[in-house]
Amino acid sequence: MNDPVPGTPSSQGVAQGRAPGVNRSHRGSVLTYLTGLGFAIVLTLASFWAADTSLVWRPGIPVLLAALAIGQMGVHVVFFFHISSGPDDTNNFLALAFGIFVVGLVVFGSMLIMANLDVHTMPLDKLMQMQR
Amino acid sequence: MLGKLTWDAIPFDQPIPLLTSVVVILALGGTAALVVWKGWLPYLWREWITSVDHKRLGCMYFLLGLVMLVRGFADALMMRSQLALAAGNAPGYLPPEHYNQIFSAHGTIMIFFVAMPFVIGLMNFAVPLQLGVRDVAFPVLNSVSFWLTASGVLLVNVSLVIGEFAKTGWVAYPPLSELAYSPGVGVDYYLWSLQISGVGTLLTGINFTTTILKLRAPGMGYGRMPVFCWTALASNLLIVAAFPILTATFAMLLLDRYLGFHFFTNDGGGSAMMYVNLFWAWGHPEVYILVLPAFGVYSEVVATFSGKPLFGYRSMVAATLGICVLSFMVWLHHFFTMGANADVNAFFGVLSMVIAVPTGVKVFNWIFTLYGGRVRFTSPLLWALGFICTFVIGGMTGVLLAIPPADFVLHNSLFLVAHFHNVIIGGVVFGALAGYTYWFPKAFGFVLDERLGKASFWCWLVGFYLAFMPLYALGLMGATRRIQHYSETGWQPLMIVAFVGALVILMGILFTILQLVVSIRRREALRDRTGDPWNGRTLEWSIASPPPPWNFSELPHVEGTDAYWGMKQAGRRADAEPRFEAIHLPRPSAVGVVIAFFASFGGFAMVWHIWWLAIIGLIGVTIAALAHGWIVHREFEVPVEEIVAFERQRLLERPS
Amino acid sequence: MSVTDAFTRPGAAKDEVPYSERGPASIESVAGFGFWLFLLSDVVMFSALFAAYAVLANHTAGGPDGARLFDKGYVLLETACLLFSSFTCGLCALAIEKRSAAATYLWAAVTFALGAAFIGLEISEFVRMIGEGASPTRSAFLSAFFTLVGTHGLHVSLGLVWLVAMMAQVATLGFLPIVVRRLLCFTLFWHALDIVWIGVFTIVYLGAHA
Repeated sequence: MNDPVPGTPSSQGVAQGRAPGVNRSHRGSVLTYLTGLGFAIVLTLASFWAADTSLVWRPGIPVLLAALAIGQMGVHVVFFFHISSGPDDTNNFLALAFGIFVVGLVVFGSMLIMANLDVHTMPLDKLMQMQR
Repeated sequence: MLGKLTWDAIPFDQPIPLLTSVVVILALGGTAALVVWKGWLPYLWREWITSVDHKRLGCMYFLLGLVMLVRGFADALMMRSQLALAAGNAPGYLPPEHYNQIFSAHGTIMIFFVAMPFVIGLMNFAVPLQLGVRDVAFPVLNSVSFWLTASGVLLVNVSLVIGEFAKTGWVAYPPLSELAYSPGVGVDYYLWSLQISGVGTLLTGINFTTTILKLRAPGMGYGRMPVFCWTALASNLLIVAAFPILTATFAMLLLDRYLGFHFFTNDGGGSAMMYVNLFWAWGHPEVYILVLPAFGVYSEVVATFSGKPLFGYRSMVAATLGICVLSFMVWLHHFFTMGANADVNAFFGVLSMVIAVPTGVKVFNWIFTLYGGRVRFTSPLLWALGFICTFVIGGMTGVLLAIPPADFVLHNSLFLVAHFHNVIIGGVVFGALAGYTYWFPKAFGFVLDERLGKASFWCWLVGFYLAFMPLYALGLMGATRRIQHYSETGWQPLMIVAFVGALVILMGILFTILQLVVSIRRREALRDRTGDPWNGRTLEWSIASPPPPWNFSELPHVEGTDAYWGMKQAGRRADAEPRFEAIHLPRPSAVGVVIAFFASFGGFAMVWHIWWLAIIGLIGVTIAALAHGWIVHREFEVPVEEIVAFERQRLLERPS
Repeated sequence: MSVTDAFTRPGAAKDEVPYSERGPASIESVAGFGFWLFLLSDVVMFSALFAAYAVLANHTAGGPDGARLFDKGYVLLETACLLFSSFTCGLCALAIEKRSAAATYLWAAVTFALGAAFIGLEISEFVRMIGEGASPTRSAFLSAFFTLVGTHGLHVSLGLVWLVAMMAQVATLGFLPIVVRRLLCFTLFWHALDIVWIGVFTIVYLGAHA
């Protein structure tokens, strides 16, 4: 691993932004984790409750579950990873955004494409039977 | 004890692979014997094998790519000669099952073990120098990456001697690649070699993205980075985001083959199309992983040899990032014919055509850079000019293929084969060779022979057109890819022309090798003592050739784009009082080569179901990694005196 | 001042050097960012497995489906283990910041215990399912299920091994900067596994009921 080059501003530790997971201030950090834990517990319980509740319109439940999951992931990112939108977090934030973009493309793109193919392609076993 | 491995695995009955294996083994054994006998081994071990210097690793990557280029090209010659012969009633000389291995190995090797080492090698060598820093973010990891790639190369080549290679094409689509239809070890060789080298590539991606975003000389803001660094950033971001998809996909296929899972099988509800979908979700970004750094090389070369700043720097950066994002949104165009409806096909068709826009921006930028410049027609610039013409043709046939109805006619034909060779040879290979000629003097302190370089270029260019223009025509006439024989004798004349083209390309490769040998022998005459043989614009030309292990004795202060050009214009700040300080450099480390050693055995054992050896391999990798974790003194200090002495010597030697 | 520079110095005084021009970053920042990228790549790998699961979830080939196999209460227990281990891992990170070896060991041990409990619960769930004839070779749905959930479990197990190795490092090397950097990377890894688990329980377990 490289040491920062002596005599450059890097020794002040602010060049090119902060590492993820590092707290900006050390005070009140237990509180941060406790807050995160509290939010996470509430959201988790809400998810498990929502999965088979009859209080919500049934076709809306997957949307509700997705919203709760995304919310909880956000809680983890903010309270456990300490990622913010501040200027010293630009790299971490942009990398995260790019990652989310790719994950979304892979999951939803695959689902869209495969659902479409399933509808329009003959199942393989049928195809094999035809070739006999 | 030895799993599926028996003496039957050695192809005693097939003269071609057997003879090749014997020759290769003798050559390797001879080289190893020579190295030991001459006493070069300690030097090699100390200075190269355990080196964590990005410049050394870059050179090794490129050498690996060159060697594998010869291997992959031998496959190409066999295919072209077979097809020149096997028309009508003539069977040719290659049996189908051997021919199938050849085209699979050719594709796999050329993509993963030629093109990737070429571009990663160039990035390794040039990116830290252009950024004005002393090494990459994680030098030891860099060495691990290289040796894992080498491990993958080793496995692919072992398949030539022991067992067989995949007969599935380089994409290994199921259900053909499933155990039911490919019961041999060929697909396993394919999967394990690519899994192992894929880990190396992923680590490279992480390493270089971090390097470019976090380690730049003071003053080098994002808007001042050389375009090659920008393209390297985009390429490495794509590696980080795309290679994990490939790893997961291959893992699923491995589970199908080894443990009877049903991801892609015909029975049990598996979906073979899911593999195709995931494979290309990686595969399309991969195309840009390869070509973006090549675009960067052309940008550097065109600007340098036109004596002008690159036209439209900002639009170049925007186009690069635009391609980076768009490349993730077009993967369905690799399987238009698989059954999606017109709306989905049209959506992905339009997005595929949209990629031509940023690419067009780049082409115009290069042309406008040349326009009005004081152009020097050196061989790197010739490669760039050849690229611009060739790549535009390849790009336009690509836009043609992006039209779903046209794709229904042309898919799986030689037209497609001609298209992607058009962009990969015209784009990536030309770019790699341009970068090689351009940065060679920086790496070794002498320029490459210009006449032989130009001879190589013209052979490649003419050979390319002779070899692949007939394939466009043949594809339109209905010739499909991966055929070993055809009954339509009318195709034969064009097939023979294509074979002649391949022979001309062979001349190009031979000239490249000859150029290297001749240049090394004439190195004193070709010596460059300035460190700046091309009148360059970026920081790598501001230091000695070859650079010292610490690259920059004093970190440069960047005040604009084309940093070194700016310094030269301002008049070298007369070395007023250079403030040298002791520099800390990472120590050499054997962990990379040790991990790759165990990974190679582990991969080989998994291919042949030798479970105890696989476990040893896994344990070896784990112990090597853990043991490395306890090495805490990882740096050594270069004293100020050494740096001062180096710089003084350089001043004395520099011609005034 | 150029357009790009304007983006890199929001709100900064005119004479202040923008972040991007301050030269090489500190090694903490470099190591943390590199590991951050690794985590993103790992999440992308999971996304391919999630995509496979989402596509194959209905391909049960006449075998059992998720609604029949999954036990919500059990999953809630697993989730609780992992969530609390993430919290204790955070407390461990605070102990590391204070360079307090005793507190570090304590919270690492609690984290390890919760993680091990999670793995134990998962293994017994897998064993029960295989016993009921719902093995990964039964159908594409079950292949995808075992691979997705199993890969997450494998990550947690590797995390446990890593945690033990890190405690050995703290014991033998103390809080050297290089050890502290690795500990920080470990906590990031552990939190990331929790995020992946949110996706798993939502899509796999709750999705089967919804």
